[in-house]
This record gives sequence, C-alpha cells and structure tokens, in this order.
Amino acid sequence: MTGEALKSTPLSASHVALGARMTPFAGYGMPVQYPAGILKEHLWTRAHAGLFDVSHMGPAWLELTSPSGDGEADHRAIAALIEPLVCGDIRGLKPGQLRYTLLLNDGGGMLDDLMIGRPANPELQGRLYVVVNAATKDADFAAIVARAGAAGRLIRADDGALIAVQGPQAADLLETLVPAALDLGFMTFATEAFEGASLTISRSGYTGEDGFEILAPAALAESLWTRLLADDRAAPVGLGARDSLRLEAGLPLYGHDADETISPIEASLGFAVSKRRLKARDFPGAARVASELAGGLTRVRIGLRVLEGAPAREGAQIAEPSGAIIGAVTSGGFSPSLGASIAMGYVPPAFAEPGTALKVLVRGRAQNAVVVAMPFVPHGYVRKPKT
Amino acid sequence: MMRFTKDHEWVDLVGDTATIGITAYAAEQLGDVVFVELPEAGKVIRTGEAMAVVESVKAASDVFAPVSGEVTAANGELGENPQTVNDQPEKSGWFVKIKVADPDEVDGLMDRAAYEIFLAGL
Repeated sequence: MTGEALKSTPLSASHVALGARMTPFAGYGMPVQYPAGILKEHLWTRAHAGLFDVSHMGPAWLELTSPSGDGEADHRAIAALIEPLVCGDIRGLKPGQLRYTLLLNDGGGMLDDLMIGRPANPELQGRLYVVVNAATKDADFAAIVARAGAAGRLIRADDGALIAVQGPQAADLLETLVPAALDLGFMTFATEAFEGASLTISRSGYTGEDGFEILAPAALAESLWTRLLADDRAAPVGLGARDSLRLEAGLPLYGHDADETISPIEASLGFAVSKRRLKARDFPGAARVASELAGGLTRVRIGLRVLEGAPAREGAQIAEPSGAIIGAVTSGGFSPSLGASIAMGYVPPAFAEPGTALKVLVRGRAQNAVVVAMPFVPHGYVRKPKT
Repeated sequence: MMRFTKDHEWVDLVGDTATIGITAYAAEQLGDVVFVELPEAGKVIRTGEAMAVVESVKAASDVFAPVSGEVTAANGELGENPQTVNDQPEKSGWFVKIKVADPDEVDGLMDRAAYEIFLAGL
C-alpha cells in the first residue's frame, strides 16, 4: 500500500454491500468483481446488460470564458482551444456528436485516448464534453488548462458518478428510467433533466456492445444505480470483466496497448487521425504520423488467437515460426466468449496480415498463434436508434 | 489427514505418496480458473519452488511445491476442465501426486484447524 488514501466513488458503499472484491486502481478503490465472478459477469454483459461504475474516469466540460452567443462561432472557438493537443477533427463535430480521439506529445506518442463531444443543445455551444482516463486525468486536464489559457475554463465533473450500462439489453434498461437515451445513436450524447438535476448520457462504452455511459451528480448516483440494478436484466460488473470485454472488442487499454512512445498509426488507430488535420499537419507529432502512413511504419498493433497452451499475457514475446523474436504482447488473456486465449501485441507490418502463423512465448514455451482481425468478437453498436 | 501451507496448498499423504492441490480459499480468491500448467511425471520438485501455474481470467499465479519429491502423476482432467479447480478444489481438482522425499516434512505443515486460524488472521 502507498501512504496515500484511496479515493472512493459515490457508489463505493453499494459495491461493498453487493459483496464486491475491491482493489486499488488509479488511486481509487474499485470493484474488480462481484460474487458472480469475472466469467459470469463477462457473459452476462454479452447476453443482457452489465452495470459498471467507471466514476474513477475523468469527465469534464471545457467552455469558452466569453462566448459570443453565435453557436457556430463559439463551437469553432472552443474546438480551436483543444485541437492543438489532439489529432481528431473537433471543429467538424456535429451537435450531439461524440468522437474518440488521442492526446499526443510532440513526438506523436499517445498521452491518452479520450472522448470529446459537442453538445446538441443550441444554448450550450462553445462547450465540449471531455472524458479522459483515470490514471492520466490530472496530467490531461493540466495540459488542456494550460493550452486553453484565459480563453477557456475546464470544469471537472469527476466528483460525480459515471455509470456504464452495456449489453444488448442496455436500451431496455433505460427505456422507463431515461427514455430520451433511446433516441441516441452510437457516439452521440445528450444532457437530460432528471429528478431536479441533469444526466449527461452518451451511447458509447468500452465493451463492444450497445450501451450508454451516464454522468450523474453524486447525490443521485446510488439511487440511479439501485434502480437500474433492480431490473432482472441487469447485473453489476467489475473491472475484471471490463478488461476481458474490451480485449474481445479489440479496444486498446491506455498504459498497456497504447503509451507515450506509440503513435496512433502503430496502434491501428488511424481512424482517429483527422484527414483535415493530417493535411494541415497541425497536431503534435503530425510529421511522424505522416511518415508512418507513407510507409515508414516499423510496428503495428495486431490481434492474436493463441491456439494452444496458456494464455499469453502482457509482456509475452511474439516470435516468427523460425523462433526470431519480432514483438511482444501488450494485453492478452482468456476470452470468455470464445473459450480461447486472445491477445494484442506489436509486430512489424510484414507479420500483421490475418492468417500469419506466429508463436507466443509463455514461460519459455513457444506456443502456436495466428494473427486475426479485430474485434475478436463482433461489435453490437446501434448506430441509428429505433424510431 | 490433510495438511496446509501458508501459500494455500493442501497435501494429503497416504503412505509415501502425497496428493497436492490448492485450497478452497485459494480457488475462491483466484476466481474462474481457465488454464492449469502442471509438471510432468518424473520431475523432481523441491519445497518452495514454483511447480505449477494456475491461470484465472485475470492473472497467472504460481503454485509452490509444499514438500519435496518426485511427481508420479499430474491431473489430466484439469487440461480438459480447468474449472474443476473451482468446483472441487480439495477433491477432484487436485494438481499432482508426488512420491515424497521425506514424509516428516508433511507433518511440519498446518492441520486444518491451524490453517483456519491462519485464514481468519488474513
């Protein structure tokens, strides 16, 4: 244990009451699993709806200090404050749209991956909804504040609760409680009045399933969590299954599959690099990204199916069939949905083609593996809501 | 009589053959077991050495040899059904049988009452 006390979330008492096993994570005491266990929680989320407390993450609002009142102009102005830090097209966001993007350093390495959204409400233009990772949030927020200077103001919202509802029945769960959520399509968000307060709800998540992430004031957190959980289709899911779910979904975990030495192109996150921004070369590390896209790539993130033996976890070496080491696993483990071992790792592009036979070295033993396309388990995103 | 270690292994000695596994407490702590790596028959193991690896969804954990001896059998059932370790940790979820080098070594381990007191103090 470190000397520093662990922070709690507005739902910590609920987790303990549910019998969760709590573990320190990014400075917070978080539920790693409930009595059902990681395997059942994982499979429940794929079949029904899992409830996750992700209040350790870093939601915040970035707003103009002096908005003009012209919505389009104010959006352009707030986008201009944050675009110098990220490689995404923030200016081009439509009202209500949420985008996955990357905070980069001058060398083109990733400082974090994050979500940035533009409010739908015409009254709220000149504001952005920002959600960053837990372990990196203080540094991220400091960088955003420094870049925005006097023109912008960052309002942290990480004293509230962030509840993720994930799975094919996630929408059913919200149907009576927050019906407006069902009008959202994948990667859009809205702020809705709720019992004298407001909820910011995005149709997004980290499991590959349809689902929502709900930012609620701390005072409402427990009541909302309890009511969601009262539904037979809902079960609480801890960080253990959150990790196995995102692995199956092919989603990188910052600090493992992505870090400050790895570029977006290496990480197979090229979709997060805006074409406009690339053409203008106006984001940190743009030169590296451009040269990698022009053929200068030396390593790339791939998916592996481990065909025999023990799961290949972070740090396991990847070898060609001849035995020469060509890379390493950055995260891996047992896939409950596939009943097989899967992994992500980095190899030179020549070995990245699906179907390529490789080896993973686990405790000195070379085990057969094959490169496969990600996601390992198909995504269940609902791009357009039912009308 | 079953004996127990502070690393949560159990040892059941009959004659000079000890059956070794992990305790119900250890299986509970690990969660769902998805893979077990066992030593082959004939391998000589020494007290305290990592002799097997048990993998849950979350992590890989070493299992340490509670006593020294030569492996005479490994539980093949765990290759097909690793979750047997969760279902029957102190019975059909056994890991290995070894011919012990020194039966007295087993006597030095905790009996169930002592192990339960040890668990209560964790």
